[in-house]
Amino acid sequence: MMFEVINMSFALPEIFMMVMACIILLAVAYSGKNSGTISYWLSQITLVATAVIIYQSLAVNSGLTFDGSYIKDALSDVLKLAICLVNVLVLLYSSSYLRARGLFRGEYYALAIFATLGMLIMVSSYHFLTLYLGLELLSLCLYAMVALHRDSVVATEAAMKYFILGALASGMLLYGMSIIYGATGSLAIDAIAVAIQTGGLDITVLSFGLVFLIIGIGFKFGAVPFHMWLPDVYHGAPTAVTLFIATAPKIAAFAMIIRLLVEGLGELHQHWQGMLIILAVLSMIIGNVVAIAQTNLKRMLAYSTISHVGFLLLGVLSGSSEGYAASMFYVLVYSLTTLGGFGMIILMSRQGFEADNIDDYRGLSERSPWFAFMMLILMFSMAGIPPMVGFYAKLAVIKSVISVDLISVAIIAVLMSVVGAYYYLRMIKVMYFDAPVEQHKIQAPKDMCIMLSSNALLILGLGIFPGSLMAVCSSVFS
Amino acid sequence: MIVDFSFLSLVIWLPIIGGLMVLINGDNNWTRPLSLLVSVVTFIVSLFLYIGFDLDTHQMQFVEQVSWIASYDINYHLGIDGFSLPLIILTAFSTIIVVVAGWEVIQHRVSQYMAAFLIMEGLMIAVFTALDAVLFYVFFEAMLIPLFLVIGIWGGPNRVYATIKFFLYTFFGSVFLLIALLYLNHVVGSFSILDYQNASLTMQEQTWLFLAFLIAFAVKVPMWPVHTWLPDAHVEAPTGGSVILAAITLKIGGYGLLRFALPIAPDASMALDWLVISLSLIAVVYIGFVALAQSDLKKLIAYSSIAHMGFVTLGLFIVFRIFANSASGSGAVLAIEGAVIQMISHGFIAAAMFLCVGVLYDRMHTREISAYGGVINTMPMFAGFAVFFAMANAGLPGTSGFVGEFMVILAAFQANFWFAFLAATTLILGAAYSLWMIKRVIFGEVTNDKVSALTDINRREFMMLASLAGIVLVIGIWPAPLIDILHSSVEHLLTQVSQSKL
Repeated sequence: MMFEVINMSFALPEIFMMVMACIILLAVAYSGKNSGTISYWLSQITLVATAVIIYQSLAVNSGLTFDGSYIKDALSDVLKLAICLVNVLVLLYSSSYLRARGLFRGEYYALAIFATLGMLIMVSSYHFLTLYLGLELLSLCLYAMVALHRDSVVATEAAMKYFILGALASGMLLYGMSIIYGATGSLAIDAIAVAIQTGGLDITVLSFGLVFLIIGIGFKFGAVPFHMWLPDVYHGAPTAVTLFIATAPKIAAFAMIIRLLVEGLGELHQHWQGMLIILAVLSMIIGNVVAIAQTNLKRMLAYSTISHVGFLLLGVLSGSSEGYAASMFYVLVYSLTTLGGFGMIILMSRQGFEADNIDDYRGLSERSPWFAFMMLILMFSMAGIPPMVGFYAKLAVIKSVISVDLISVAIIAVLMSVVGAYYYLRMIKVMYFDAPVEQHKIQAPKDMCIMLSSNALLILGLGIFPGSLMAVCSSVFS
Repeated sequence: MIVDFSFLSLVIWLPIIGGLMVLINGDNNWTRPLSLLVSVVTFIVSLFLYIGFDLDTHQMQFVEQVSWIASYDINYHLGIDGFSLPLIILTAFSTIIVVVAGWEVIQHRVSQYMAAFLIMEGLMIAVFTALDAVLFYVFFEAMLIPLFLVIGIWGGPNRVYATIKFFLYTFFGSVFLLIALLYLNHVVGSFSILDYQNASLTMQEQTWLFLAFLIAFAVKVPMWPVHTWLPDAHVEAPTGGSVILAAITLKIGGYGLLRFALPIAPDASMALDWLVISLSLIAVVYIGFVALAQSDLKKLIAYSSIAHMGFVTLGLFIVFRIFANSASGSGAVLAIEGAVIQMISHGFIAAAMFLCVGVLYDRMHTREISAYGGVINTMPMFAGFAVFFAMANAGLPGTSGFVGEFMVILAAFQANFWFAFLAATTLILGAAYSLWMIKRVIFGEVTNDKVSALTDINRREFMMLASLAGIVLVIGIWPAPLIDILHSSVEHLLTQVSQSKL
């Protein structure tokens, strides 16, 4: 019998994070009153150190480990790095919010680190089982985080909805996986790809499984028609948690779609392309049109997320490496912009005031010209107006669908971005053209102000020099 | 020739960086002089472009090319030809006027106002110089942001409606441009506009591309029936905003047709020229009548702008009929040159007209024609300018308004008698609405106390109007230098459009 030596080094970031997560749990249990501060700093150290470990291993060749169920490649490196860095900012932004609401306790941070671990596992998984484990680790943490504010009725309701629908979607995904297993006889992604390539499989069974996989993916992304949970959860969850849910998990979901559809079922591209077109087009239309009717900023951003998911899927459905790179660029830009958007809500809020109504931003440019300008950058970036980086994200995905001659999809996409521009412009109108009603000074910690400003300026800066980030994304898929 | 130095980048980034400096400096005594300094220096730099410009070639000059987004082969690629140069100088000049015009009038958030116009200046100049499709689109869109804010913050009572309408209208048009540019990239394999122009395309492709370009640029021009945003935007915009809208942003529509629609899709342009010609003639005749019926000064000038821009699109698209009628093509040269001169001339005249309205509005705070009457009695010097610009607007020989219109009408005779006939109605209609407005506002008895309390223009306003009047006269009497700049580029454009790509 041959024993293969397991190359642990490929999973070093996850192992480190796992150990640290346990340490954080212990620290929380024994630190009493100071659990918030201690776990906050431990979490930040964990995230930064994990990022450093990932960065150190960039040069190491890619390969499989744990009997082919775990992979380290360029995609996993870049996405993991992005997840860690995004979460550093998420924790930084959310600390003042949690403090003001008595939620600044160890639980949030322990859950956040476990959720991050789940995301890293998802990104690196090369086996249906690993993928599912990562996804569930992430989802269970998120359900608990939404319910963190125990006294809040909306938060509890949101958590219930999220949990039930999420469990259903996981079930669908698992069902799809088992059907694919039945057809191909394997759970490893590369083995599945080989099996389909060799041919002779029953295509009906495969496409049946494919439909369930896509339902699962659609749910995790929040693509129409599996989007119903998203506005309620975004609205009901404490803003600090919404910030967490809206950013890094989308990067992990992107990894999931690449691993499952592209690397595993790439041969079935012509089958899943049509399904993704339906999801993408519906998401762009419903997301953008319904967002117009929202008066709550968190709900508006939720619908805007749905529309962004539609755009993101455009790159994947094009089925070209250029398209995958475009989608990856889109998801990174999306996380950065959303981070700023929800960060801004946290910045404006204070104890007893959530700042989540659009009207709360009336006349912001008089009260705080600087942050109004930052918000303007974020809004124009989401609308896809140059010179903000959001434009290049849209440009890249639309270019990729045009390259595969899906002109009509591209036209729907640009028309919907015009519809979308309306509600982002309305936000700018409220900030710049209306008179202020709210007179309170903005009270936020210095570090947050600095990081949020650099966040927004980075969006402008990347808009002027988008080349390097685009090159990174292209290199991953070349 | 001065080619080694990056003059184009300088003329683009100087006002943008200057604008940011004004913004950072904030509202204090330095705001206005600093803005003026930036705009004047930019103008001087733009004159260097003229000095170094080689009149004998249609090739792009002052070319700069640096890789910008390597993975998509998008370049920071700039260059100018005879079409861009006059528009750049016009932009730089108009910005000085705008800064001067806002000197005393704008008291609220001055630095933001000045910065918006300076940044917009850089972006608009960049639009005229960009030779890479994505670069062009980026500047074309980015330009909307400052104008959106200018109308929304410093505009009139209905400004929010007007500015959102303006933004969405133009954004709607330009997304089709984006699709067209990306499709061309898919076909050609590069983003260079010059490569696009040499691409061979089927008739079906050309038709769709042409329609996309037409939607994008027709909204900007604006052509009937997508013109409705313009009167709203003009009425609500502050004087400076109106000046820039009329003088430059409308020209970007005409420039886009010249740079994209005609050379990239010549066969479709030929097949669909009836569409553009009829829309242009509707603009000239119907909008002329609409202008006659206006009771608001700014609306009247806005409609007159649409009618005048009808001449531009008419001039650009009658060339195919001229080719069909005569082999020489001399009439075609006349048509295109006339169209471009009309763009430049309208830039100065419309700017001057809006400034005149601004002068009145600052004193009376109304734009209703009926509120005025007998202004000449209290403001004789102003009345002189107003009458002069109204005459120029009506196309009086000796003013720049005459040159372009005359050339286009002359060329239209070679295309079709009825085109020329309908186009020539503008001489009557233009005179009618301009002079009737002057009669009601400037002449007659002093109708009310407010008018009798008016004070004449001060030195700042005098300088502003006098410099514009001087330019209008110079171009009207001696348009030769302008025609020389255009000539090689026009000839080149005509060879491009006369060669079928099929």
